[in-house]
Amino acid sequence: MIVERKELSFLEKTYLPGIAQGIKITARHFFDTVSGRKKVTMQYPEEKWTVPEGYRGAPYLVKDQEGRTKCVSCQLCEFICPPKAIKITPPGPEVRDELGGVEKGPEDFEINMLRCIFCGLCQEVCPEEAIFLMKDYSLTGQSREEMIYHKDKLLELGGVHNDTIMKWKKKDEEARQQASFH
Amino acid sequence: MAETTTKDSSQAVQPQVEMVRIKINGMEVEVPKTQPDPITGKPVPTTMIQACAMHGVDVPHYCYHPKLPVAGNCRMCLVEFGMPAVDRNRQPVLNDDGSPKINKMPRPAIACATAIAPNMEIYADSDGSKEMRKAVLEFLLINHPLDCPICDQAGECKLQEYSYEYGQAESRFVEAKVHKPKQVDLGPRIMLDDERCILCSRCIRFTRDIAGDDALGFFNRGSYNTLGAYPGKSFDNNYTLNTVDICPVGALTSKDFRFRMRAWFLKETDSVCNSCGTGCNTIVSSREEVIYRQEPRENDAVNSSWMCDHGRLNYKWQASDTRLDAVSARRGDVREVIDWPRVVDELSGKLQSFAPGEVAFIASGQMTTEEIFLFRRLAEKFGGLRESFPNVGEGDHLLVSADKDPNTNGLFITGFTPAGEQGRNFQSIQDGIRNGSIKALFVIREDLIARGMDAGLLEDLQLLVVSDIHRTPTTDAAHYILPGCAHFEKRGTFINVKGRLQKFMKAVEGPGASRPEWEFLHELVHQTTGQNGFSTIEGLFNQMAGEIPALAGVTWASIGDTGRSVELPGA
Repeated sequence: MIVERKELSFLEKTYLPGIAQGIKITARHFFDTVSGRKKVTMQYPEEKWTVPEGYRGAPYLVKDQEGRTKCVSCQLCEFICPPKAIKITPPGPEVRDELGGVEKGPEDFEINMLRCIFCGLCQEVCPEEAIFLMKDYSLTGQSREEMIYHKDKLLELGGVHNDTIMKWKKKDEEARQQASFH
Repeated sequence: MAETTTKDSSQAVQPQVEMVRIKINGMEVEVPKTQPDPITGKPVPTTMIQACAMHGVDVPHYCYHPKLPVAGNCRMCLVEFGMPAVDRNRQPVLNDDGSPKINKMPRPAIACATAIAPNMEIYADSDGSKEMRKAVLEFLLINHPLDCPICDQAGECKLQEYSYEYGQAESRFVEAKVHKPKQVDLGPRIMLDDERCILCSRCIRFTRDIAGDDALGFFNRGSYNTLGAYPGKSFDNNYTLNTVDICPVGALTSKDFRFRMRAWFLKETDSVCNSCGTGCNTIVSSREEVIYRQEPRENDAVNSSWMCDHGRLNYKWQASDTRLDAVSARRGDVREVIDWPRVVDELSGKLQSFAPGEVAFIASGQMTTEEIFLFRRLAEKFGGLRESFPNVGEGDHLLVSADKDPNTNGLFITGFTPAGEQGRNFQSIQDGIRNGSIKALFVIREDLIARGMDAGLLEDLQLLVVSDIHRTPTTDAAHYILPGCAHFEKRGTFINVKGRLQKFMKAVEGPGASRPEWEFLHELVHQTTGQNGFSTIEGLFNQMAGEIPALAGVTWASIGDTGRSVELPGA
């Protein structure tokens, strides 16, 4: 595309009107701030901004309303994670009863918050709705080890997610109704 | 999955058979009229699915397996096809240009059980064929639990793959699914999930026809049809884990591998099993230097598509606590950790201080051919007695060999120990140490105390050098410990009981300071004999092949992925 360059008038060639206009805007902001009519800073951390819905903060694990850890250790988030911040330790072959009818759950779930880029792919890929990007954006710690969040901490921070589907419970109930077969 | 096309294997063993011209997806091809039956080996008519596989056309299938009898129950391989038209006198009808007129058959046929016929046309990729695959998949998924997130097969599941390729995203089935038993303990090594089973019967056919242990069958009818072991029979033969490999879905899972790692993280390395002289070809799956499983790799000259459970699960020693991970020298009662350059310098100096014949060399059938070759060179330089021990156990009718070492023939072919003379020099070596004519011993991968040598006798030696991968009473007595590598941690070749030369690749790193034996043997040979050698495994192998008549003309590259047969001495 070729843009036609407009011929400047004599006044425009001196740049004086442009400079005057700029000074006017700067002066207006200056007086607004000095007189206290407009506030442009926030007293962080005493004062905090309202995090909008859909904000992508730190990823945490959730439990359902019956207290079951929703993660089943399928490791898709570990696979998709671009900075490789997630590491899951699968449970191994022993049959476990404490998982509430689901055969599998994570032995450990680590997220390295120093590596995490808050992209949200883990939440998107999760087939169990077990990991969510929450509203935390300011994570601090004294050491690198402290910034690797393990399963218990992630679950505590994540809290409860109200599950409307309850897939595994439904399956279990369905199976129990057909119990004559077992 | 150890399943591939039968193309190379079956054509290679075929004698001259009549060829038949057919058309696959409009492409005119020639295929042999018969193929050997997978069980009996007798020629049987070639089927449509075999003809397609020969020419690179993949017909989706579940119950068909090239190494098993045909069952024809999954219906996934239904294809449309056409046959030459005949008139009422059974004479061919011709087109205007003289070519035979082809009538598309009104009904499809299952490609796995329909024999090919001259001028037949197979429409494997037609819209009709695809529509049928979609419909069959919909039926298969009606009662499928769709628990892929917790299913070990996810990522290598044919149900997933074909659903992605041909299936539909939405289910039209609104009723409750039939629930079957989950987490069924089918045998000591197998866990069964009946809900996931698509009743293809591959496992039943394998156990009955290949393993020869008729332990599995279907129970109940209709939607409640369920796989199980016959009452009073337990599914515990030595080949049960092959059913996990051939199970196209996640119904049969290995208890050993269950919930330990997802398939898509695993790095696959071509290897060879070292548990017996058969040398089954394997795929070693590892992630971040941890081995998670071993699976058979197809090689019709050795193990077909199978391997025994013992060999498959025999990998945990690689990561055991007793692995040696430091080079050390014992000065008096103090053990000092030293590095490789220093140990090679010290050793070559010390070895050269002995008169010819004062050093004896003991090798093992666990060493690779290249290592034995270098070790023989070292032994020849010092003119000492050489010894290796036979390792005999029980064999079976299918794959397990009575020879428990993977490379006994490597000892014979390199001439380290002549065939049939294993274990003959042990007494002379012990006598030699007693009367002082043998002053030093160099042992690789052998525990002499377990072989019956008196521990006090080892104390009499002026120099005891032991290379092993695990700590043993013999390594404890050694003046120098050289930590070696398991075959998972290096490259090399084994020669199996039938003379098949096979190479294996490196899957993981060895622990600590451990080093492949051929590397330090090469340095020792170089420093003591002054001979130049190769510091790469390819160069070393090619040099060895040039010096050993049985390996004449073989190069590292020409061994290939499935090995090649070599002439055995005295065979």
